[in-house]
Amino acid sequence: MTLLELANVTASYGPVQVLDGVSLTVPEGGSVGILGANGAGKTTTLRAISGTVRTGGRIMFAGRDIRGLRPDQVAGLGIAHVPEGRGTLGQLSVRENLLVGAYLRRGRQKISADVDYCLDLFPQLQDRIGSRAAALSGGEQQMLAVARAFMAKPKLLLLDEASLGLAPSTSKTVYEAIRRLRVESGIAMVVVEQNANLAFSLVDTATVLETGRNVLTGTSAELKGMDEIRRAYLGG
Amino acid sequence: MGTFIQLVVDGLATGSVYAALALAIVLVNQATGLINFAQGGLAVLSSYIAYAFVQLGLPLILAILVAVVLSFFLGALVERFLVRRFERGDPDTAVVVTIGLLTLVTGIAAVIWSYNNLGFPSLFPLTSVEILGAVVSVRSIATTVTIVVIMVVLQVLFLRTKLGLALRAVADNPNSAALSGLPVGRLLMVGWGLAATLGAIAGVLVAPQLTLTPGMLDTALVYALAAVILGGLSSPVGCVVAASAIGVLENLVAVYVPLIGHDLKIAVPFVLIFVILIIRPQGLFGRKVVVRV
Repeated sequence: MTLLELANVTASYGPVQVLDGVSLTVPEGGSVGILGANGAGKTTTLRAISGTVRTGGRIMFAGRDIRGLRPDQVAGLGIAHVPEGRGTLGQLSVRENLLVGAYLRRGRQKISADVDYCLDLFPQLQDRIGSRAAALSGGEQQMLAVARAFMAKPKLLLLDEASLGLAPSTSKTVYEAIRRLRVESGIAMVVVEQNANLAFSLVDTATVLETGRNVLTGTSAELKGMDEIRRAYLGG
Repeated sequence: MGTFIQLVVDGLATGSVYAALALAIVLVNQATGLINFAQGGLAVLSSYIAYAFVQLGLPLILAILVAVVLSFFLGALVERFLVRRFERGDPDTAVVVTIGLLTLVTGIAAVIWSYNNLGFPSLFPLTSVEILGAVVSVRSIATTVTIVVIMVVLQVLFLRTKLGLALRAVADNPNSAALSGLPVGRLLMVGWGLAATLGAIAGVLVAPQLTLTPGMLDTALVYALAAVILGGLSSPVGCVVAASAIGVLENLVAVYVPLIGHDLKIAVPFVLIFVILIIRPQGLFGRKVVVRV
């Protein structure tokens, strides 16, 4: 069953066209990576899905055309977006950030159980539960951003460069937790990542974008074997 | 001693007027991240609306209720059709828009009701009681109690309810809040609506004392802004304490510091603002805005 399907999606910021016909298919519970250089349209593809940029083409989610919906409506359908730059709510505490993530849900006990789950997933957040998000380190903010997205109990998680600006060991910790999240919750994912090694640790298939178009699509194993991918993204 | 207590009590009474307006400013700031200079103007307009309903023969309490409810929609509409156009841009622009709105609202009130002082009936009896040798009007006591109740309600709203959390989340980062499914536009309208409601209550509380004019709350707005800076933009309790302190201090200084006297007492809150901004920019009760890059 296909959960998300992008067909020939275009997007532009003012006169600058950034997506020039991107296609993407995410099966239910699947995890798809988007690779590509800076400016290839990775982040914009995620924004197109979550409704934070104006788009053309077709975006189907769970059998429904979601193109043109507002971001909060898209979120209401079960898509959680961890945006570039993390988007944590700086003046709110870690706990409040998590509760904002669960805004559309009912049921105090389940929400509180999920807060506990997030703290188990990211033990570092445990000690910072009452601190304001702006006071967290970059790694902790990234963990909080992922945890907040999870609190929505989405069907699909959009993950934008969770490793950006983090020390390699911190990125690894974050990705290991996301992998565990995926295994334990079965949430489908679209993963944008510059670091292809991290991306391949989390995705089944991936597509490579260049100037707003798909140039290559394949399984992780296929792509990892290709010379051009090795040279461009895997450091030889 | 009797004079001293009388001055303190009178100061608290004026302070509660500043506090009411300051609470509305804090509310808008918590819910939208802006300072609304039109807060006083909108409150005056609400008072005129209540006045108009009294003129139509409605009982005072009912006229006030109708005005309070209409004010909610007035605030929400101002957000939806005016302020929203400027929200995603430079915050300074939006603040200047609220200054323009203040001028506009004052002008509209003047066109309809003129600049003449209109008598506004008091909700509370005009009798006085004696406390510790000071004469205190029942109206002052009732006003103060109302303000304290509103303060507590606001504190609970912001810190203990889901709506409060959502309002703060939207003020913090509207784009990011939307990603969690928060209906940003609707929440901003609610924030402005609540603030206008609060302003309406402030307006009808002080209108009997000040008499109704389009500029009725202009001076009070200045003091309210001082209270907001002193108490901290994020703290309802802080701004009420600060507003009371300003009211009392102003009275005491006017009498006990001959150099200042009644002519210069308006300078007192401004001197305080300078001192506070230098020593503790986040206000006495406010939380420091931390930004980490």
